[in-house]
Amino acid sequence: MSAQGVPYNNKVVMQFAVATIVWGVVSMTVGVLIAAQLIWPALNFDTAWLTYGRLRPLHTNAAIFAFGGSALFATSYWVVQRTSGVPLFMPKLAAFTFWGWQAVIVLAAISLPAGITMGKEYAELEWPIAILIAVVWISYGVVFFGTIATRKIRHIYVANWFYAAFIITVAVLHIVNNAVIPVSLTESYPIYSGAVDAMVQWWYGHNAVGFFLTAGFLGMMYYFIPKQADRPIYSYRLSIVHFWALIAIYMWAGPHHLHYTALPDWAQSLGMVFSLMLLAPSWGGMINGIMTLSGAWYKLRTDPILKFMIVALSFYGMATFEGPMMSIKTVNALSHYTDWTIGHVHAGTLGWVGFISIGAMYFLIPRVFEAPRMYSIRAMDLHFWIATIGIVLYIAAMWIAGVMQGLMWRATNEDGTLTYTFVESLSATYPYYMVRLLGGILYLAGMFIMVWNVYKTWQVGAGRIEAPDEQGLPAPAAS
Amino acid sequence: MSTFWSLWIIVLTVGSIIASWWLIWATGRMRNPDEADEETTGHEWDGIREYNNPMPRWWVNLFYLTIIFSVGYLILYPGLGNFAGVLGWTQEGQYEDEVAEFEERMEPLFSGFREMELTELAEDETALAHGRAVFGNFCATCHGSDARGARGFPNLRDAQWQWGSTPEDILHSIKHGREGVMPGWGDQLGDRGVTETAVYVQQLAGRSADPMLARAGQRHYQQLCASCHGPEGRGMVQLGAPDLTNNLWVYGSSFEAISNAIRNGLHGAMPGHEPIIGEDRSRLVAAYVLSMMEEVPESGNSED
Repeated sequence: MSAQGVPYNNKVVMQFAVATIVWGVVSMTVGVLIAAQLIWPALNFDTAWLTYGRLRPLHTNAAIFAFGGSALFATSYWVVQRTSGVPLFMPKLAAFTFWGWQAVIVLAAISLPAGITMGKEYAELEWPIAILIAVVWISYGVVFFGTIATRKIRHIYVANWFYAAFIITVAVLHIVNNAVIPVSLTESYPIYSGAVDAMVQWWYGHNAVGFFLTAGFLGMMYYFIPKQADRPIYSYRLSIVHFWALIAIYMWAGPHHLHYTALPDWAQSLGMVFSLMLLAPSWGGMINGIMTLSGAWYKLRTDPILKFMIVALSFYGMATFEGPMMSIKTVNALSHYTDWTIGHVHAGTLGWVGFISIGAMYFLIPRVFEAPRMYSIRAMDLHFWIATIGIVLYIAAMWIAGVMQGLMWRATNEDGTLTYTFVESLSATYPYYMVRLLGGILYLAGMFIMVWNVYKTWQVGAGRIEAPDEQGLPAPAAS
Repeated sequence: MSTFWSLWIIVLTVGSIIASWWLIWATGRMRNPDEADEETTGHEWDGIREYNNPMPRWWVNLFYLTIIFSVGYLILYPGLGNFAGVLGWTQEGQYEDEVAEFEERMEPLFSGFREMELTELAEDETALAHGRAVFGNFCATCHGSDARGARGFPNLRDAQWQWGSTPEDILHSIKHGREGVMPGWGDQLGDRGVTETAVYVQQLAGRSADPMLARAGQRHYQQLCASCHGPEGRGMVQLGAPDLTNNLWVYGSSFEAISNAIRNGLHGAMPGHEPIIGEDRSRLVAAYVLSMMEEVPESGNSED
């Protein structure tokens, strides 16, 4: 399919779009299981590879790199072709990135439950897999930047700035944080030690949030919102300021993960002040996305894709306000090590990353399957509402639980002894764990609705069934 | 940190902050590209165009505000390399200040107890309430919130006091900790010898035992065990060797557990808590432990 006769590569986009949905279901199913294990530990069935400690990294890796990563590959390949006016550079290498990335995911799904891990959060995968990631990622860079280099449109669209920053930075982060000395195929030791190792890990860890989960998805936002709303982007100069400020300032924010630790005071302070300065640049993206809808607000009533994307931006704004607040030392002293952090992360992942990706997938799926539109608009609407309620339950439960834990842990009697034992704070958390589990189940249920809808859309596209005569979105323009 | 790295940090930090400020200021003054029509920048990608609306004023001010706050913070607190900040704040200093403030606040609470004997404290309701709270924070992890212990962690409510049951003994255990080591005798005794000795130890505890095996075990016992546990099995407080005659067991009472102890030895350690909780709270928790003693220990821990 092509516009203006350009033979765009839709196959790799379709593959990554399907992978996004499949891995979304898998990662969220594991998430629901471990949420239940926190309430009923017996759900690990006394089996080593089903224990919380092994499944938790599987959940995070699958959600970030399999679900989020596939969504980024799919959308960046779609966007860079159309905003450059040329097909993908080196299509065979693009195909390799798909199969290579899936191989990484499968290896992760085997090695993490087997207990093979580097023990670094979000960088658990051992060195042979890390090398494969680096190879796939550099190939991704070649395809993406090759396409940019051969573009027919003089200016580079803002979405591509964000995708480009994401690809370059993730390569640097990944390679530096995985500098290890292997001792066997499944074991290695970092070349850094002590506080330096911790700093490198959280420089990586926070920029994985900043560039993988933020910059990349802002790229998605900058294409799909104006495209779906059929409105120009609100402000070019706003996009310039928030892009450069975001990528320059995010780099410094990592030390806020290490407040009141062996990390030197000066590094902690820099981490905190740059996290605070990150508030406005982060909100720049939200403003630019939401204001793009000005003059077209009525579309929110009928268009579930825009609903997903605008609510995604709302959660993005919420999480990027919360983040700088939590980086302030006095707030962090309360929030750190509690479930508040878990709630914060999920406002970002379920709300921002999840919803912007789901919206983009609902945009892409009918196009890559050559169907007139998604099979059921009402099912998209149902998905939207059920998932939104799920997120609200999830993060509200974790906010309350986190603040409660923080307050219980610091409560002291008049003689200076702790008022509560750790177990008392745990048993007080159970009701909130139940609410969180319910929220997770709702969000996962939404994904199953999506799977059904995508399957039906594929059937329509393949000519196996007729599209229903449902009123809703207009048919997508040929693209 | 060397002067070079200190300067490196300062230059990078200050440079980044100035660059951020300049970025907002300069972009705010930016004019639309020449080719632009009135509304958009004139660029178009896949049907997407872009307006060039001014940045919202409140947003720009928010950005400036966070920068101003950060500069102020870096003047007051450590951040710019070796510059310690005007306030001289450090996290160690904050910790020490809080500890000092705590000690000062606790002084009137604890000073009244210092003149009292441990046995008096053990009768004093207020002292016991504090002792119970300290126990819950520091001791319950191993000894259990009911002080009844767990395998390897002595029950504090029975008559087995391997390190002594006097107030002074208990306070010493709390303040300085204890470490008990029993060597394993499996190599010397062999499987049969271990079994015989274990049977004898059961007999010592007053449990029914095969007399033939026990007699053989007694010989091993006198040879290897008596030097610590005493010829009659009454234990030895100085070494923390438990009384074996009272049928109270720290590491389990089953035949298997006893044989295992004889074969492989045991090594128990309790950390000293004086560096953690100090003298006052050590005495309060000692009084609490004394108050829980349900039976006066028998002569088992005498020093014979």
